Amino acid sequence: MVTSLTGGQPATADVIFWHLFGGGDGENMATMVDTVQKATGHSVESTLLSWGNPYYTKLSLAASSNRPPDVALTHLSRLPTLAQAGLLTPWSETGLGQLGVTQDKFTPAAWEKATIDGETWALPLDTHPFVLYYNEALAKQAGLLNDAGDNLVDISGRERFVEALTELKKASGKYGVTMPTITDPSTVWRWFYTVYSGLAGPIVSDSGTEVTVDNDAMNEAFAFIQSLTQELGLMGASITPDLAKQQFSNGDAGFLLDGVWNIALYRDVKDLKFNMVPIPALLGDKPVAYADSHALIIPRSSARSTEREGYAEQFIQGILGQSAVWAGGGHVPAWLPVQESAAFKALSPQKNYVDAAFNAVYDPAGWYTGAGSDFQNQMGGVISTVITGATKPQSGTSQIKRALRQFASTNAPVS
Amino acid sequence: MTTTTTAPGPGIAKVDTTPIDNSGRDTKAGWLFSAPFLVLYTLFLIGPVIVGLVISFFNTATVKNDLGEFVALENYTDVLGNLDFWKSMWHSTLFTILTVPFLVVLPLLAAIFASRISRHQWFYRIAFFAPYVVPSASVCLIFGFIYAPESGLFVKALGLVGLPAPDFLGSTDGAWLSLTILTVWWTFGFNFVLYTAALQEIPEETYEAAAIDGASPWQQLRSITVPLLRPTLSLVLMLQILASLKVFDQIFILLQGGPNLSTRPVIQYIYDTGFTTYRGGYAAAATMVYFAILVIISAVWMLATRRRGADA
Repeated sequence: MVTSLTGGQPATADVIFWHLFGGGDGENMATMVDTVQKATGHSVESTLLSWGNPYYTKLSLAASSNRPPDVALTHLSRLPTLAQAGLLTPWSETGLGQLGVTQDKFTPAAWEKATIDGETWALPLDTHPFVLYYNEALAKQAGLLNDAGDNLVDISGRERFVEALTELKKASGKYGVTMPTITDPSTVWRWFYTVYSGLAGPIVSDSGTEVTVDNDAMNEAFAFIQSLTQELGLMGASITPDLAKQQFSNGDAGFLLDGVWNIALYRDVKDLKFNMVPIPALLGDKPVAYADSHALIIPRSSARSTEREGYAEQFIQGILGQSAVWAGGGHVPAWLPVQESAAFKALSPQKNYVDAAFNAVYDPAGWYTGAGSDFQNQMGGVISTVITGATKPQSGTSQIKRALRQFASTNAPVS
Repeated sequence: MTTTTTAPGPGIAKVDTTPIDNSGRDTKAGWLFSAPFLVLYTLFLIGPVIVGLVISFFNTATVKNDLGEFVALENYTDVLGNLDFWKSMWHSTLFTILTVPFLVVLPLLAAIFASRISRHQWFYRIAFFAPYVVPSASVCLIFGFIYAPESGLFVKALGLVGLPAPDFLGSTDGAWLSLTILTVWWTFGFNFVLYTAALQEIPEETYEAAAIDGASPWQQLRSITVPLLRPTLSLVLMLQILASLKVFDQIFILLQGGPNLSTRPVIQYIYDTGFTTYRGGYAAAATMVYFAILVIISAVWMLATRRRGADA
């Protein structure tokens, strides 16, 4: 009664856990939570909130009013603001080190991303890159499979990539590749930033206060992604997420550009045989994998007892130990004991794209960037109209720069 | 509201305006009866407005507990000079311009139609009102399927008769068309109920007398129904303008304000800056500007209708 009046979360379980996983990821997380509950003997209440804006709004408001969950999930791209606002418990102040949760057991890139100004604020669970899915039957028909038939031949470089798409289009009779191009700004942004990052460095620097767009590179990237839908007709121009799923599932397109986390979605499709590989180098020499990481955090709360703090730490340790289950959802585990295990190395198609975790390019660092941010929404909006042909490449570049200048010149709410 | 008492009409009893005994005891009872309302009103309306006003003078971060640095009017000058804010204001206005005519006229026609039907009137009333009770998330999900490119119902239906389908979700024009259709279908029922109630207030004898005098149905509509509905019409128009200016759900859920933020309404702008990018103070200032504009519109409207009421 008292807690409901003051708005505090009632201690209905030993550990209150908030996350944002639906679908296959949600099922995997439920399995992991279950196992950890049994192993530790502490009850866990996990709450699923909807991805993106709503999740981060609720998490940060709950944390800033001192009523956060005991453990929560974050994307590492959203970590800086949460940490700088003083909403998190740093790793060094927890007992996680004594429980064996130490730096040497994580993918270095992910650990580094979880560390801000020398302090580590989150325990990375995975790296989840943006990858290329291919339909095995169509790829075979288009002559794109290697001799063993278990991977694609090299299709690096703009010319070879376009050739491959052209062959796939012939094979499918409709399109070479598909992906959501409208009503999904985040996915559109991941695609564009993958292409752009092959040519140039981050589009902002100095924690987002300096715009560092390479004009030529951006024009070239825009012209390339527009040519696929417009001049070449290798990809549909207006595709909703549902339509993209349909096109890849029923063989209307041979390739799909999407995040690894959708592996479960396509595994459920009957008669679809697919595989996943890192996106090849397109405009530049080296392949780039746009990626983000899920990580576990202990939001700061003055009301939490030492005992509960201990439960939270055991919970995190337990979840990291369950990384093998998590990897089933397509993610590359950040927990090295699992990532380096023989069992994971045998996991297909995951073994194909582990490298992508090491070529990972995250959202450019800034207080306004990150998963489901207004930044992704604005960038994705511009890119989407370039893809649909409503905006010219040069105009796309100047719109991106205008939006970035606006963000860069705004006073950061936390620093 | 004032117009309802000034509207002249046959059969409407004169309102008793004798002043009530205003002794202390009555005042006390009055306050007591109003207390629950006043407490809630202060707590949930006036309170937040004051908090919002205070915050709008600070660089408050939504993720922090303190107010942050005092910036005086800086947030306001930023809001007023921000192109994105004005674009979103225009989107809310455009949405109002696109939807209000349909939502004022169509429900009226439907209400008249339903009131003229002698059998199974309840069915038509329910049919016209039903969409209004569907939650916005469901409406957007359903229309998302209907508008979907290539596989959507609209696209297929237009294809069957050989018409090219607009890009309902991926182009700006298409998006506005989508929103207008969805909104009219969905919110039509509320105004329909207001009109139906007002139509029932018109005494049957008036029509009978007119019919005896030889007035055709069209003449009856023009000379009886529409003039007697005028107070309701003006109420519906005002409520609809304010409701349309406050649009958020369907644009956010169906399009996230896209394509390329070309439909983002002002409430989403406030949400994006205040919650997604944590700029609480700035968002509060934007809210205050928007609030002031709504108050001005309402005030102008009240003055205009009061004058017209006095002229009549």
